[in-house]
Amino acid sequence: MSILIEKLSKDYGGAPVLSSISTSIAQGEFVAVLGASGCGKSTLLNIVAGLEPPTAGAVTVPAGGAAFMFQDAALLPWLTARANIELALQLRGVPRAQRKDQAQQLLELVHLGDAGSKRPHELSGGMRQRASLARALGQDKPVLLMDEPFAALDAITRDLLHEELERIWLAQRRTVLFVTHNVREAVRLGQRVLLLSSRPGRLAAQWDIDPLVRTDPAAQAALTQEITQALREEIRHHAH
Amino acid sequence: MPTSPTLSGAPRTQSQAPETDTLRELEAGLDSLQDAPVATRINAGRILLPVGTVLGLLSLWQLAAWFGSPREDLFPGPLQVLGTAGELAADGRLGEAVGTSLQRGVLGFLLALAIGTPLGLLLAGVPTLRRGIGPLISGLQVLPSVAWVPAAIIWFGLTDATVYFVVLMGATPSIINGLLSGVDTVPPQYRRLGTVLGASRLQGLLRIVLPAALPGYLAGLKQGWAFSWRSLMAAEIIAVGGSIGFGLGSLLQQGRDLSQMAMVVSAILAILIVGIAIELLVFSPLERRLLRRRGLAAGASR
Ligand SMILES: Nc1ncnc2c1ncn2[C@@H]1O[C@H](COP(=O)(O)OP(=O)(O)O)[C@@H](O)[C@H]1O
Ligand SMILES: [Mg+2]
Repeated sequence: MSILIEKLSKDYGGAPVLSSISTSIAQGEFVAVLGASGCGKSTLLNIVAGLEPPTAGAVTVPAGGAAFMFQDAALLPWLTARANIELALQLRGVPRAQRKDQAQQLLELVHLGDAGSKRPHELSGGMRQRASLARALGQDKPVLLMDEPFAALDAITRDLLHEELERIWLAQRRTVLFVTHNVREAVRLGQRVLLLSSRPGRLAAQWDIDPLVRTDPAAQAALTQEITQALREEIRHHAH
Repeated sequence: MPTSPTLSGAPRTQSQAPETDTLRELEAGLDSLQDAPVATRINAGRILLPVGTVLGLLSLWQLAAWFGSPREDLFPGPLQVLGTAGELAADGRLGEAVGTSLQRGVLGFLLALAIGTPLGLLLAGVPTLRRGIGPLISGLQVLPSVAWVPAAIIWFGLTDATVYFVVLMGATPSIINGLLSGVDTVPPQYRRLGTVLGASRLQGLLRIVLPAALPGYLAGLKQGWAFSWRSLMAAEIIAVGGSIGFGLGSLLQQGRDLSQMAMVVSAILAILIVGIAIELLVFSPLERRLLRRRGLAAGASR
């Protein structure tokens, strides 16, 4: 067991945002959390990350804690890509002598080996997210939390980053909790898809994704269709 | 725990190699499309336009002095002012005045910097303190620092301490407020990033909050310098004599005492030119470098 969420509820003083969410995520599992905008996905992730306290319920994460990847890359603009990664290494306690090499390894891992000396504004959106991914991997935590990390990218770049993320996940087998509002993305990446309802955010449904579905476009399309239907159903509840 | 996720646990197993290579190539293709050459031409208009404007204004001034003014002693033209300035420079008074004022201005400003920065940090870090003292600091920023001159003369007499005190009271509030507004405008995302990366309070402050606040701080310094320079002139005009040296404000006052308009205008121009020079030689390059490094390069209008 890697992450355990028990009867988690959250409100900001008004109507509940999250209501009694319970699930457990196995070590090394890739779970996609799917939901409409504003349903509380980021809130859920922030609570798991320890950035916000839950109103009720409990979240257990492994002792090492969790790495986090933001929707906008959140690279510090005054540092080069390499220095951004080195900062994460430094704050983790990696000795100075090893930081440079490790940062370079991480950059190469996301195929940014030659772009290390560039500043964030000199990188494309996709390159920024890869640098951000490298930094999150550099935190070297057993759990990786990702909040719509590819939502702002164009379709081609996003496809590439899906491959990239999958490749790294297959190699390192960290536990990943990946938040998205994109059904195709959830099906493409997740071993399991959790569907959150809106207002309050509850666990509405979940699907285990058979690995065979990924290699079978027809099956993938059918499942995507099914989940999209369920998501629309959730949204339609709020029409009146 | 995943099996000790070391970095070397990373990819490049033989079986994956071909697929990884294609991915790498695709990404390299996309990445290289991003590398647009950045034009770094020196924009001639940036220099020619202000210089032309100044020359135009000087010509108008000269024409007005020649044809519009009945009394040259009350409305000297630029040529006459230039002559007077030349005389003042030749007998050493202009050089002494500029040197004295500049030294005081810079020293006073550095003093204000050394006091304002830690105070600003303290206020930024301790909200209760800020709630208590913050409004007072903003109030001081509005108070014209000339108001301190009489008090300073009573306390310190006609000494350099009077001048430095007035400069300090003029510049410090701006520096503190600049730092505070810089810290206030740090995107919350950066602080969250600090938390996520496991930064301690001090690490978060030093490695994330302060660098992020640098543009606001620099703006505060710029304003602080302007206030230093203004306060200094006010103090020098009012406090003359004693052991106080001969600065640009003193020169201005001397011109008034002698009813020499050309001398007064020379002093005014010298004060203006020093102010512009500091802006162009110190603050502008700092600011431009800071913004460019962050991809916030100043727009075409600057
Ligand atoms: N700090 C906050 N204070 C008050 N309300 C908030 C706060 N953060 C989020 N919310 C509310 O909680 C709901 C869920 O937000 P969020 O988790 O960001 O949704 P999502 O990430 O799914 O788009 C929204 O209605 C939002 O307005
Ligand atoms: Mg969100």
